[in-house]
Amino acid sequence: MEEIYAKFVSQKISKTRWRPLPPGSLQTAETFATGSWDNEENYVSLWSIGDFGNLDSDGGFEGDHQLLCDIRHHGDVMDLQFFDQERIVTASSTGCVTVFLHHPNNQTLSVNQQWTTAHYHAGPGSPSYSSAPCTGVVCNNPEIVTVGEDGRINLFRADHKEAVRTIVWEVHFHPSNPDHLFTCSEDGSLWHWDASTDVPEKSSLFHQGGRSSTFLSHSISNQANIHQAVISSWLSTDPAKDRIEITSLLPSRSLSVNSLDVLGPCLVCGTDAEAIYVTRHLFS
Amino acid sequence: MEEFDGEPAVTVIPGVNSKKNQMCFDWGPGEMLVCETSFSKKEKSEMVPSCPFIYIIRKDVDVYSQILRKLFNESHGIFLGLQRIDEELTGKSRKSQLVRVSKNYRSVIRACMEEMHQVAIAAKDPASGRQFSSQVSILSAMELIWNLCEILFIEVAPAGHLLLHLLDWVRLHVCEVDSLSADVLGSENPSNHDSFWNLPGNTQTLTELELKWQHWHEECEQYLQDSTFATNPHLESLLKIMLGDEAALLEQKELLSNWYHFLVTRLLYSNPTVKPIDLHYYAQSSLDLFLGGESSPEPLDNILLAAFEFDIHQVIKECSIALSNWWFVAHLTDLLDHCKLLQSHNLYFGSNMREFLLLEYASGLFAHPSLWQLGVDYFDYCPKLGRVSLELHIERIPLNTEQKALKVLRICEQRQMTEQVRSICKILAMKAVRNNRLGSALSWSIRAKDAAFATLVSDRFLRDYCERGCFSDLDLIDNLGPAMMLSDRLTFLGKYREFHRMYGEKRFADAASLLLSLMTSRIAPRSFWMTLLTDALPLLEQKQVIFSAEQTYELMQCLEDLMSRRPVRGESDIQQLQDEDIETTKVEMLRLALARNLARAIIREGSLEGS
Repeated sequence: MEEIYAKFVSQKISKTRWRPLPPGSLQTAETFATGSWDNEENYVSLWSIGDFGNLDSDGGFEGDHQLLCDIRHHGDVMDLQFFDQERIVTASSTGCVTVFLHHPNNQTLSVNQQWTTAHYHAGPGSPSYSSAPCTGVVCNNPEIVTVGEDGRINLFRADHKEAVRTIVWEVHFHPSNPDHLFTCSEDGSLWHWDASTDVPEKSSLFHQGGRSSTFLSHSISNQANIHQAVISSWLSTDPAKDRIEITSLLPSRSLSVNSLDVLGPCLVCGTDAEAIYVTRHLFS
Repeated sequence: MEEFDGEPAVTVIPGVNSKKNQMCFDWGPGEMLVCETSFSKKEKSEMVPSCPFIYIIRKDVDVYSQILRKLFNESHGIFLGLQRIDEELTGKSRKSQLVRVSKNYRSVIRACMEEMHQVAIAAKDPASGRQFSSQVSILSAMELIWNLCEILFIEVAPAGHLLLHLLDWVRLHVCEVDSLSADVLGSENPSNHDSFWNLPGNTQTLTELELKWQHWHEECEQYLQDSTFATNPHLESLLKIMLGDEAALLEQKELLSNWYHFLVTRLLYSNPTVKPIDLHYYAQSSLDLFLGGESSPEPLDNILLAAFEFDIHQVIKECSIALSNWWFVAHLTDLLDHCKLLQSHNLYFGSNMREFLLLEYASGLFAHPSLWQLGVDYFDYCPKLGRVSLELHIERIPLNTEQKALKVLRICEQRQMTEQVRSICKILAMKAVRNNRLGSALSWSIRAKDAAFATLVSDRFLRDYCERGCFSDLDLIDNLGPAMMLSDRLTFLGKYREFHRMYGEKRFADAASLLLSLMTSRIAPRSFWMTLLTDALPLLEQKQVIFSAEQTYELMQCLEDLMSRRPVRGESDIQQLQDEDIETTKVEMLRLALARNLARAIIREGSLEGS
């Protein structure tokens, strides 16, 4: 595990997501988006780790991540997903679902579409209207699914104004390099669980306290493995046979790591200590 | 109580006419509420306030600055690392760790300074540019003081090393002086210095150094007395400077930016092996000579002087007065406390100085919508009053999403603050009930272990069932597990749902026993008995006999029990009469069904099996 870059950004980060790369592209990840929470003014920001002219000895790019552009976001960013190359969908604590559009020519973000009353306790028609936080969003072009504290599951289409409600239950991650698992946790730790077979030493699986979110890394190569069954090393009951090496990725532990995203060899995560960590050499 | 230098600044609140009406105010943890009252200042009884708003006034602008936030966050990490330093470490290794922590703090201040400097330069309007610049100079002063404290108190540089450190200190901070003059006054004769100050290798002892220096000094004095350079006044004045002649140094006053620069230069040429305890004498006289009676010392000067006098308490006190927030004094005091430099004399309200400052700083953080999370860790490391302060503050954090509530709860649960957990869960349960999210409300009351609220929510569930004929949140009720025991009503709810499940699975005999037991064990509230008996009807009407004779008798007993306790009806209107009719019909149907079931049950039990 090579160096990891930290940057303090004056906002608590609730979500970080890499921008997906075009299919068939040979590049590594360059851009990621973050959402903040718990501020009086929250922001959705785009950052770049790309070409700044500094090459290190391996020919890779050095230096930490730079802000490309940002835009105000009403309410906490509860969840954030890239809809496609240019569009980002966010779920807000005000119950609003917003699609932001990135304009690469002048590096700005603008609101492309918005459903302001996606989630509510008492509806917009009633006198005691109260909104409910939208807690999660997932997209598969052209559809967006959102869930909220009101218990609703909404299905939106990107170009339609109204929601089409269906009962969608599962959210799937699509693993393509499923030997590697990354978890980030409320107690401020970030772990890399490596179950690839060429690791000589074995460690025992141990459980991290607090709520954690997991992520199976996905490479840019192909999506053909979508329907493959979950790999066996994670389900194996014989710990001696399958060796899992567990590495901590952050230099020191402080506040909760809220979100992480992995794309190829790049990892980004954001914490409640208002810092963003990026590494580009996960598997070296 | 300190005297104020001048009048306190006046802040005008828009919309409030303080000339006409009296204002009222109240203090909060970091803010003040102000509004107009109805009481007019004049004697006339005009009881109408013109301004309908209540204003929130915040004192601490620093906490909101974007750039300073990075200071707070990064230093929080350093603070935690410092607290976790192994207490077992002693001696050199401990000292080097503490010095490293101090340097970390300073580098964070410098990073903040540089960023603010960039922003000041790029500022579009001059007013904000000025504001940023003044903030830069405040940070610069902070770093200056911290650096000096590091040299004197943490590094505890001995004579010899001391001057080297002081030289670095001055060089680092004298950035206004142009480089040429800095060379002239700061690093005279570098070759000579290099040979004398071969300290990294540390091959010479202090005495050897002193001897060498004395020798060199005497040589210079000899040149002066012999008037070797009398022909060239510049060279002669240079010679005087090298001898540490104060008058000569002061002639170059414009090149010396401040008195401590003068001090270090003076020491360099007159007493390079100065001992720490002698510093204050030189410091005081340098300050007096430099100011020359023309101006009086500024707060920064007093702080530095106090540091040279090794009066730590005075340093902290003066810094507390001069700076606008507690960040600096809290972190510096904490570090010095780790160096075991602060006597543990208690302030009169029960905590020592370190704790007092940390508490003030952390309370300030809690006034911020976002930085409260940092404050939690600071309270953790205040042994006397930290916990109770945290208990008071954490209940008052506004919780607008469940995610934030869960984070706050986790903080409380980690610290076994059960009262706060219960209180927060109750608030969330109440919110959920108001939003008609009964399942959510129930989970929160279970988490709070709040039996009374669980009863309330269960009642709502049952009422909903009566009105709509079906349950909401089945997944929750079906999987209550041992939490069901929290309250009787909740247990009933769980069991009642179980009855419905059994009925759905056509396990009629089990369902029947359960239904009966719900009434006979008195878990079911009396108000619900009619519903339960009505639920028994389909079981009574089945082709096969489900309730045994014994059970049928018990059911009849329950029915009569229920009927006998009915209040006597007085005058009633039409609606009530209609309801009564329905009731009477139901009761009659029940009686009939029970009687028929009894008959069949007796016959079946009386016959031989298998027939």
